[in-house]
Amino acid sequence: MSRDEVQQTGPGVPRGARTILDETGIRRTLMRIAHEILERSEDPDQLYLVAIPNGGVPLARQIAGNLQQIADLRVAVGILDTTLYRDDLTSTNERPMLRRTEMPSAVDDRVVLLVDDVVKTGRTIRAAMDALTDFGRPRAVQVVGLIDRGHRELPIKLDYVGKNVPTGPGENVRLLGEFGGLDGRLAVVIERGTSDLAMEAVGGGEIG
Amino acid sequence: MIGRDLLGIEDLDRADIERILETAEHMGEIGEREVKKVPTLRGRTLVNLFFEGSTRTQTSFEIAGKRLSADVVNFSAMSSSLAKSESILDTARTLDAMDPDVVVVRHGVAGVPKRIADVLEAPVINAGDGAHEHPTQALLDLFTVSREKGRIDGLTVTIVGDILHSRVARSNIYGFLKMGAEVRVAAPPPMIPPAIETLGVKAFTSLREALDGADVVMALRIQNERLAGSYFPSVREYAATFGLDRGKLRYAKDDAIVMHPGPVNRGVELSHDLADHRPGVILDQVRNGVSIRMAVLYLISGRRPSGGSD
Repeated sequence: MSRDEVQQTGPGVPRGARTILDETGIRRTLMRIAHEILERSEDPDQLYLVAIPNGGVPLARQIAGNLQQIADLRVAVGILDTTLYRDDLTSTNERPMLRRTEMPSAVDDRVVLLVDDVVKTGRTIRAAMDALTDFGRPRAVQVVGLIDRGHRELPIKLDYVGKNVPTGPGENVRLLGEFGGLDGRLAVVIERGTSDLAMEAVGGGEIG
Repeated sequence: MIGRDLLGIEDLDRADIERILETAEHMGEIGEREVKKVPTLRGRTLVNLFFEGSTRTQTSFEIAGKRLSADVVNFSAMSSSLAKSESILDTARTLDAMDPDVVVVRHGVAGVPKRIADVLEAPVINAGDGAHEHPTQALLDLFTVSREKGRIDGLTVTIVGDILHSRVARSNIYGFLKMGAEVRVAAPPPMIPPAIETLGVKAFTSLREALDGADVVMALRIQNERLAGSYFPSVREYAATFGLDRGKLRYAKDDAIVMHPGPVNRGVELSHDLADHRPGVILDQVRNGVSIRMAVLYLISGRRPSGGSD
């Protein structure tokens, strides 16, 4: 099946972008991940979902909802902006916008699950781990990625993966829309000919 | 766009101010953490070049720089070679040879930070120059009002005191007008600059009229030793006419907030009970000052020397 045959458009999906995971697919994937988390956690009461904004936030909330539904488990959800910990701040001219950080409970002795939408180089995850240590000393840190694009530049692996999406040069993968959103439901799309940097300039996408 | 330097609010547009305030909102969260430090400016050097004493502003910049992991050096030019008659620009050039990444300048004469910015490679932040501008003070005042009131647009802001000699007033007038507020000034006639209304503010010599319906009341510090006798008859008379107390505040809105850039002359600009009690935003102003200066340092220090590529 050629790429053109699965081409989808709809509200919120830009021209030339191809949906690789639609909202139903994302919901199923996050339900499977929630089951995996329960299966592999010795002490689920100690779990703490920490979302990397913006894309990680709806995903972490959905996983928390799933955990409550499956096991009646209430897991704290935090939001951790990694911008001030990025390793490319000295080389960029224009400062990236900061995003919200909200860490409602302490991380000490918790098993922190970092949740990101698209993981590529691993640099964002590295920044998130550094940021996390400023909030305390978690017992363990694990990573949940909805999409793993490969192209890792740091020794970081994902503990829970939604979907592996090998990409070529010039391709970008990003999460769009929101759950049940009127202007576009949540979807992961792949685009050609847009650099990561350009995506970031418009506020979407995830470079690492 | 926010330029290489931050010399005055006059140079900023509304979008710049909004970006700084939004960044400061996020910076504030760092101050609430157990480890109050992020690595953003690691390996960068911030120099505080103060030709005029100001413990508060200098400390605020120092804490802001340190929370971003910059190395902070305080160059107190009052005790340095300036005493040995080195010119200001020579001092600046000497400093430049030490490769600072950001230089914060305070000077008693208007325009000195601009002159220094012209010879330095590093970006310059004006921390107050003569009666010209004090941009980070105005930004922290805007930030305090927007947090307190949820908006700035459409509010009525009354600035009371020595408008003529005040860089705080000037920067705040530019800032609040750009953000869509109505700005009033109230002072004894000699302290209102001629033609101030051409800036778009309303000038009052009656405090009662100026306070009518105000959402924000900002008292300015009176340099009493310097001014009494020439600009107003006596400090006591100033306090009676333009000093804020609970009675006079009745003319403002019920939920009006009272601000002061500090340090407060108690019993002059503010009555003792106001300085102590009335909605305590004066200490919030100090706290917000650190967040604003972190935001400015973050946004300014990303600029490459010699203009950058965009």
